Amino acid sequence: MAEIKTGNNNILSGVGGWFKNTFNAKYWDSLKFSLYCLSHPLDGFWDLSHEKRGTYAAANTILFLTIFIRIIKLKYTSFLFVRVYWEELNIFLYIASILFPLALFVIGNWATTTLFDGKGRLGQVYIATCYSLTPYPLVQIPLMFLSNAVTNDEAEFYTVLSALSIVWCGILVLAAMGQIHEFSGAKNILFMVFSLFAMLVMIFLLLIFFSMITQGIAYFYSLYREFMFRM
Amino acid sequence: MMKMSGFKKFKKIGAVIAAAAIGILSVPMSAQASAFDHRSYTYIYDYWEDVQDCPNVYDVYGVFTSTDLGLDTKMVTPSGLYVNGETIYICDTGNNRILVIEKDPEAGLRVVQIIDSIKYAPGPSTFNGPTDIAVSDEGNIFICDKNNNRILKVDSNLNYLMQFDLPVDSSLPSDLVFFPNKIVVDSAERVYCIADNINKGLLKYEADGTFSGFVGATKAAYNWYDYLFKRFATQEQLDRMQSDVPTEYDNIYMDYEGFIYACTGKVEPEDLDAGTVDAVRRLNLLGNDILVRNSDIPVYGDLYWGSAGGYSGPSYFSDVTAFDNDIFVCLDRNRGRLFGYDDQGRMVFAFGGNGNMDGYFRRPVAIEHIGYDLLVLDTTDCSLTYFVLTEFGQDIYNAVDQFDAGMYEESGASWRRVLAQDGNYDLAYIGIGRSLLRQEQYKEAMEYFELKYDDDNYSKAFKEYRKEWVQSHLFITVFILVLLLMIPLSIDKYRDMQIEIATSDVFRFPDPEDNMTRAEIKEYHKKQRQEAREREKAKREARRNNRF
Repeated sequence: MAEIKTGNNNILSGVGGWFKNTFNAKYWDSLKFSLYCLSHPLDGFWDLSHEKRGTYAAANTILFLTIFIRIIKLKYTSFLFVRVYWEELNIFLYIASILFPLALFVIGNWATTTLFDGKGRLGQVYIATCYSLTPYPLVQIPLMFLSNAVTNDEAEFYTVLSALSIVWCGILVLAAMGQIHEFSGAKNILFMVFSLFAMLVMIFLLLIFFSMITQGIAYFYSLYREFMFRM
Repeated sequence: MMKMSGFKKFKKIGAVIAAAAIGILSVPMSAQASAFDHRSYTYIYDYWEDVQDCPNVYDVYGVFTSTDLGLDTKMVTPSGLYVNGETIYICDTGNNRILVIEKDPEAGLRVVQIIDSIKYAPGPSTFNGPTDIAVSDEGNIFICDKNNNRILKVDSNLNYLMQFDLPVDSSLPSDLVFFPNKIVVDSAERVYCIADNINKGLLKYEADGTFSGFVGATKAAYNWYDYLFKRFATQEQLDRMQSDVPTEYDNIYMDYEGFIYACTGKVEPEDLDAGTVDAVRRLNLLGNDILVRNSDIPVYGDLYWGSAGGYSGPSYFSDVTAFDNDIFVCLDRNRGRLFGYDDQGRMVFAFGGNGNMDGYFRRPVAIEHIGYDLLVLDTTDCSLTYFVLTEFGQDIYNAVDQFDAGMYEESGASWRRVLAQDGNYDLAYIGIGRSLLRQEQYKEAMEYFELKYDDDNYSKAFKEYRKEWVQSHLFITVFILVLLLMIPLSIDKYRDMQIEIATSDVFRFPDPEDNMTRAEIKEYHKKQRQEAREREKAKREARRNNRF
């Protein structure tokens, strides 16, 4: 009986074929898996950690895309929605405004859940959180084009869709944390709140730490100046 | 209109989030502070609320002291200023007299008459601290004789006609003494008056002298914090608290349409900041505020209230006047500045300051205008400053007037002249844009609106531009739309076709048993195709389930 070959019959696998030949096949598969997580968060995030479907490379890619989109959004979204005071925009601070809360969340979440039977490891929390960001670039790229085609009257379309991408991310984070730590719904939400508290505590500690470092440096510097002055 | 102030705050939010996140890096916020240091005489606020230097809109034509005006007795705390046609009236409050001043070809301004008494008055025939004056269309003069507790109405020959006293109204405290402070008179000789210690709004008298009520009380500032506090406060605390009462107006002006501009400086800075009180209002006959505030820059003068040179707090609007082109000018007693706003509430200019030089003030209390010239009365300096439009100012006013008259091309040209003199003048960009919009040059208009973030006008222009574009690119638009609809629909179809092709008789030699009839062979192939389809379906299903 003849074998029936249908070949690569969608565009994604076409790109994927090229991609797989160029890069690591596992990378492409794990990247594509983020799309599955979008629509099947519970199932997807379970497999992500328990079946090792996610990779750091893909997580980094998604994070990079998110940051990248957030930056080019400033320039290419219609001024009806985004107005940038370029004189005061510090691109590094702007990037940090995503990376820093993310790092705080990942560490805070891991630190709190690990004390209370959370099964997820630090790396898994990171991968899952990054995977949860997928809706952001996915929704914001077309929105960037849409924003340039609407007027004030139709601005609601943009704002609603834009808000939707954030809410979607939020839901994914929630689902992801529940799955990788194997928490029930209520416990999951409780520990999300705990994570937020942990973030605040860390910010507080960092503030104290850095202000004390500054004071310390200032002290030794003034000692040095006094010393040099008397020499 | 959709308010987008949230986006506007972006510059701050971005910086604040990052600063809060990092915690150590101090964001250089001194850029704004440094803008104060070398500020020009005239300035405006741009879209970002940054101070932008600006060429002078008004120049000092002259500062007229008592001597310059030809007075033997020097003015003492003059407080009222009124202009009727080309005649200027100054209430020389400290000397209990009213000065009538006219233009003089040699001296500039000259006192032509001193009114210090009236004839046939039932009470005192002289004044006691007159604070304001108004002249009706019929030529009758209304004088706010404050310390005599009356508003006098006299004819042009100063013969007593009638007077307005404290109204009999149950809502007023019985021990209240009537101190009328400022008045305006409308075309039907109705009198509107601000009186000390009456905060229910303007007192309105009919032409026959009957009191017909209060109009246009200021809103009482109220916030949720106060509300919450009062819910839990004891009676003792409540008694000690300042009650939320409306504030009194400081001054009023009746514009050419009969609307009353009323301003007040007696506001709490935090209420002003929260937008719960207004520094200036435009009242209609019912006393409702109809001032248009379409700008993101609030209509309360200076935006930055930092303490500098001994002055702090928000601008204190002590008087207001309005031109016939609906540009109104507010006088800030605190920092001695004049703020001009157009009919949309957008800032046209701000200039002045405290000091002794010409064009600076010590305590300006009243402002008036002749044509487009401005007059400011300084009560400490006892001087009258006369401002005239510069060429730059003339261009701005021309542009506004031409636009109102429907001469859009000319208005655009005038705005371009303004822009040539000051590239930071936001209204010029919007003005050019509006003129282009009227000339149906939508694309160019959009560019100008985008430069100054005018989203409403941009949307108007863009709507038209989009309509034009769709009409001229009808084919490609429809094509794209159809394509967008077809692609998702056709993907499954395409897969089915591929299976169909792969399993069709034409491309594959039949491989049935030898002893089959033709019909059986056909049946066999059909079954084969069926199975292939199912296999493919199962594969697709598996792919979906396995994610790979």
